Amino acid sequence: MAQADAGPALTGASGSGRSRSGLVTADGTPLRRALERAERRRKLAAFLLVAPLLAFLLVVFIFPIGQMMWRSVDNPQVVDAVPRTLEALRGWDGNELPEERVFAALHADFMADAELPRREQKIGPMGIRLNYELSAARGAISRTGRNVESFEPPYKEAFLDQHRLWGDVELWRIIQREGRPLTLSYYVAALDRQYDADGSVVLRDENRRIYVSLFMRTLALSVAITFLCFLLGFPIAYWMSILPMRYANLLMICVLLPFWTSLLVRTTAWIVLLQQQGVINTMLVTLGIIGDDNRLSMIYNMTGTIVAMTHILLPFMVLPLYSVMRTIPPSYMRAAKSLGATPATAFRRVYFPQTLPGIGAGAVLVFIISIGYYITPALVGGQTGRMISNEIARHMQQSLNWGLAAALGTMLLVGVLILYWAYNRLVGADTLKFG
Amino acid sequence: MFDTRDDAAFVRFDRVQKSYDGSTLVVKDLNLDIARGEFLTMLGPSGSGKTTCLMMLAGFETATSGDILLGDRPINNIPPHKRGIGMVFQNYALFPHMTVGENLSFPLEVRGMGKSDREAKVKRALDMVQMGSFAGRRPAQLSGGQQQRIALARALVFEPEVVLMDEPLGALDKNLRERMQYEIKHIHESLGVTVVYVTHDQTEALTMSDKVAVFDDGKIQQLAAPDTLYERPENAFVAAFIGENNTLRGRVTAIEGDICTVRIGGDMQVRALRVNVDGEGAETTLSLRPERVQIDAGEDRFDNIFTGKVQELIYLGDHIRVRVSVAGNDEFIVKVPNATGERKIKVGEELRLGWTAADCRALDPS
Repeated sequence: MAQADAGPALTGASGSGRSRSGLVTADGTPLRRALERAERRRKLAAFLLVAPLLAFLLVVFIFPIGQMMWRSVDNPQVVDAVPRTLEALRGWDGNELPEERVFAALHADFMADAELPRREQKIGPMGIRLNYELSAARGAISRTGRNVESFEPPYKEAFLDQHRLWGDVELWRIIQREGRPLTLSYYVAALDRQYDADGSVVLRDENRRIYVSLFMRTLALSVAITFLCFLLGFPIAYWMSILPMRYANLLMICVLLPFWTSLLVRTTAWIVLLQQQGVINTMLVTLGIIGDDNRLSMIYNMTGTIVAMTHILLPFMVLPLYSVMRTIPPSYMRAAKSLGATPATAFRRVYFPQTLPGIGAGAVLVFIISIGYYITPALVGGQTGRMISNEIARHMQQSLNWGLAAALGTMLLVGVLILYWAYNRLVGADTLKFG
Repeated sequence: MFDTRDDAAFVRFDRVQKSYDGSTLVVKDLNLDIARGEFLTMLGPSGSGKTTCLMMLAGFETATSGDILLGDRPINNIPPHKRGIGMVFQNYALFPHMTVGENLSFPLEVRGMGKSDREAKVKRALDMVQMGSFAGRRPAQLSGGQQQRIALARALVFEPEVVLMDEPLGALDKNLRERMQYEIKHIHESLGVTVVYVTHDQTEALTMSDKVAVFDDGKIQQLAAPDTLYERPENAFVAAFIGENNTLRGRVTAIEGDICTVRIGGDMQVRALRVNVDGEGAETTLSLRPERVQIDAGEDRFDNIFTGKVQELIYLGDHIRVRVSVAGNDEFIVKVPNATGERKIKVGEELRLGWTAADCRALDPS
């Protein structure tokens, strides 16, 4: 064992060295096999070292993301709740109200559900599910559920008496459409689209379109924040890279300060600074630069989001930039100048191209973090500074439409992966230097 | 462009001083003329001010006082990129994001040269360093010696009149370094360009240069051709820094013309050439090259004959270094060539050692 680990000892290399199985270790095993075994053992050891992290990631990262993506297409509510109705609806053309036997099947489904223990009942969740597609559906179903035991045939009249919605062909179309275990309707909704009477996908009314423009705004904000981080981060990283180590470390602490301060403290500080009665506005009014009656609104809007997020994400730009710049010897600039380049040309042609791996890494980091950023836009973003993650959070916490939240989240994830892929194709991810 | 009068002082340092912190001078009152087409080496230990001088000439450091002139024109206030001086850096400083061809093309591009001219010049420069087929490679794909050649070609491609080299061979292994020394020398000879070369390696300085300026303590200790420097050092620092050297300290007891008598230790009287001695009674350092000491010396040919006991033999192939104890000095070295017929020396043996007064130079006390 120990011998193989230390590299197999060679014997008999002289005479038989030319034949394939000629080399053997001291204990007689063929050298090739001994080497393979040693290699296998090294790989196993390496795997065992990373196994705990791998297991951890699997449980808390890969599995939940898989769950989320599954949830965006998973559609069990209607199938579970009204199997008989769906059976009876098969072949319905969707133009007129279904006939009596469908209502009878619906009644049977309601009755069967009422028999179940309360926690296993399916009609309630179906109501919630249908409500995503047609508001008031939940009310209709729960009211019907309360009184369904007293229904007498003909059931069609009984249902229609109970709630007018049962007479709406739209509801039946939805039941039929969503009566399948998998659905794309969450994605349809996430793209500001809906099904029309024919079942084809059309754009929603203009005043109900939210998500596409929100995605666009998120992208635009992320690009703006990334660019601002680059503009602010490049000079400071450059300065740090040419300073002696101890001053550079001091500056580094200043750059890292946002990391070490509580997010809420920082956000509060921004609110104090930026609000209408805040430090900056008051100062500008005192100096007479702006009038007291038109104070700038710099927070609870897009400006607030951009300012606060740039501040928070700046270190992610500075760190890779600094680590790349630190490795660029000053002799390159000197060489360029000695070759006749003006300082500006030397910077543009020689220094800047060498910082590109750092810029790429910083930009990818800042962009990907900001595209999914949640807490800062929620705190200082107001209405115009909201980003897509705030909408995802709203659907998870308030409207409880997890399917839609999952669809939006999946689109965000896929979008980021596509951008990363594009970056990799255009620039090459192996050129990134994160530090 | 310049008349012949200027050729003897094509590059001129005129009373140049340099201080980084405002209190200590790194370069003290430097006066140096470099002739057109000359290969001048600045040689010295680290911290002696030689690199600072080079950087001032290149324009990356400014002189605290004094003038630096390039062909009559003071260049103190000219930024580096307008000086038109080529430079080869210690770590080559080849731009890693450009190919070899682009690296060489760079100085021509920034001068606004047309594409076809550029290509022709790049090709000629690459051929000059025998790297003609490497234009498409990246510097990282080249070996140290190849990178060195490219750096050289890049510093020469825009045909500067002066090329500066800052320890360009420091990172190469010994064999390659020696090859490159000859190559640089040959390129210098064929182009006739003025070269200012900085090194701390005295062999390199002696091999390559027309003239060597030995730096120490911010001053030029001696400026001379290599052979003069080795054979006729003017002070104890140069004698000790260039080549191997026996250093004997003593006091001058008598002076007769060029020859002085120096008492070393208690009883040893050495006759030496008076080079840098204040007068009778002054302290002095004697410098004697180990190869100028003859063993088994006959009385008539030598001014100085002493006996010494062999302490140690070091075999070096072409010669044998013999450490001898002479008059209480245990560090006296004699080089015995490993030639046919040379007798074998044994440790503990008594040797008769002889040397002439002319080979033994009485220098300043160090």
